[in-house]
Amino acid sequence: MDVIAAKGLTKHYGDTRAVDGIDFAVAAGQTVGLLGGNGAGKTTTIAMLLGLLIPTAGSIHILGHDMARDRFAALARMNFSSPYVALPQRLSVAENLRVYGHLYDVRHTEARIVELAGELDLTDLLNRPAGQLSAGQKTRVALAKALINRPEVLLLDEPTASLDPDTGDLVRSWLERYRAESGCTILLASHNMAEVERLCSHVLMMKQGHIVDRGSPADLLSRYGRDDLEEVFLDIARDRPRERVT
Amino acid sequence: MIRPALRRIWGLMYRHLALYRRSWPRLLELAYWPTLTMCIWGLTASFFGARLGSAGAVAFGMLLGGVLLWEVALRSQMGVAISFLEEIWSRNLGHVFVSPLRPWELVAALIVLSVVRMAVGVLPAVLLAWALYAFNLFTLGPVLILFAINLMAMGWWVSLGVVSLILRHGAGAEALAWSVLFALTPFSAVYYPVSVLPAWLRPLALALPSAHVFEGMRTLLQTGTIAWGHMAWAFGLNALWLGGAGLLFMLEFRSARERGAFLTMGE
Repeated sequence: MDVIAAKGLTKHYGDTRAVDGIDFAVAAGQTVGLLGGNGAGKTTTIAMLLGLLIPTAGSIHILGHDMARDRFAALARMNFSSPYVALPQRLSVAENLRVYGHLYDVRHTEARIVELAGELDLTDLLNRPAGQLSAGQKTRVALAKALINRPEVLLLDEPTASLDPDTGDLVRSWLERYRAESGCTILLASHNMAEVERLCSHVLMMKQGHIVDRGSPADLLSRYGRDDLEEVFLDIARDRPRERVT
Repeated sequence: MIRPALRRIWGLMYRHLALYRRSWPRLLELAYWPTLTMCIWGLTASFFGARLGSAGAVAFGMLLGGVLLWEVALRSQMGVAISFLEEIWSRNLGHVFVSPLRPWELVAALIVLSVVRMAVGVLPAVLLAWALYAFNLFTLGPVLILFAINLMAMGWWVSLGVVSLILRHGAGAEALAWSVLFALTPFSAVYYPVSVLPAWLRPLALALPSAHVFEGMRTLLQTGTIAWGHMAWAFGLNALWLGGAGLLFMLEFRSARERGAFLTMGE
């Protein structure tokens, strides 16, 4: 069953075609990577999936709900994390998580906060204002917020951006474990190709608002004759003809 | 259906109340302007009141009553608009609007917050007016509650208009959160009757619920009777303006989702 299904998804801003008629589906329990250069349409796509942006055309169904008509039913069962969307800086970590516990109507919010704090190594930070945390700590708090309602669908926009390799690895390991334990479906936009290779079973390559290629990381590597996804990314971004790739 | 909605409303309220809990300057700031305004007008009114005899005493009551009740509208309006701006300043809108929080729940949370902010801001001024000038606003009787409800409602629809403009023009329109109700002060007959205004401005004044509230307050202070006609006009106009502002908010909210404003707001 497809947990996320987008058909003919389009977003135009005047003459600019940010996303131009893309189709894709994500099956239950899959982790799919959304790759592309800056301005490829990744963030616009994620914003449309979240209901933050109304598409110019096309349809989105998440967990069987039509996002144009019934987005709140889907939003209660999904969540989102991005280093580019902040949490209130003056609230403590616990207060921030409590706010979202209420917004997502999470049962036993306090127990859930303690549980997440333990798993994401946030216990000592719970009473500290979010604004006083390091980038790595903020990312873990954002992840805790994204998991507060035990989402069935998780949309992640560059979840490990600006993290040191150790913290980045910690977050990736945690995401792998969470997916394995919960069966959560994850759509991940990232510029970190190693991360995508490690986490994603399927990749959508975007360029100028279109999905220009798709497949499993292994499939893409094989078709482009490359050793890593970064080279595949560059081939697509720079329009390097595939026949010249050996 | 109701319990999750109430919980979401409480969630957004908690986010703002937690800020006040950990910041006494923020709490103090709520009461600062209403108290300062009341002190200045109280001194002015007592100066003239002492020189004008019994007529001065009535004028003194009208002036201080006007000052204190107008603060109800002002604080109510700012309570909604500034709470919304806090979400923009903290760049948190992206999280709030991808949660299951409905737009009407957001508005409900902002309105309840505005009542709290208004109470914390205006009550110290009311108590100080009683302590310093022996002016007890509560002598107006239970009808004071109806005056306050109308002025709070006016603050809500004005702020819904302000929030709609912020949704349309971004944080660049934030100055309106502080200034827009001040622009309506001359037409609201806060300190003088509507009849003082030029004839061509009176219809504008009478289209505002506040003018009817303050005409009603003056009638009560002068004659001891309640002007139910003015009260009915105030409630009716508030219902109309609230309906219009609510519609405008919903249209601008949708327009902001179409334009992608929530992705960039706060930058």
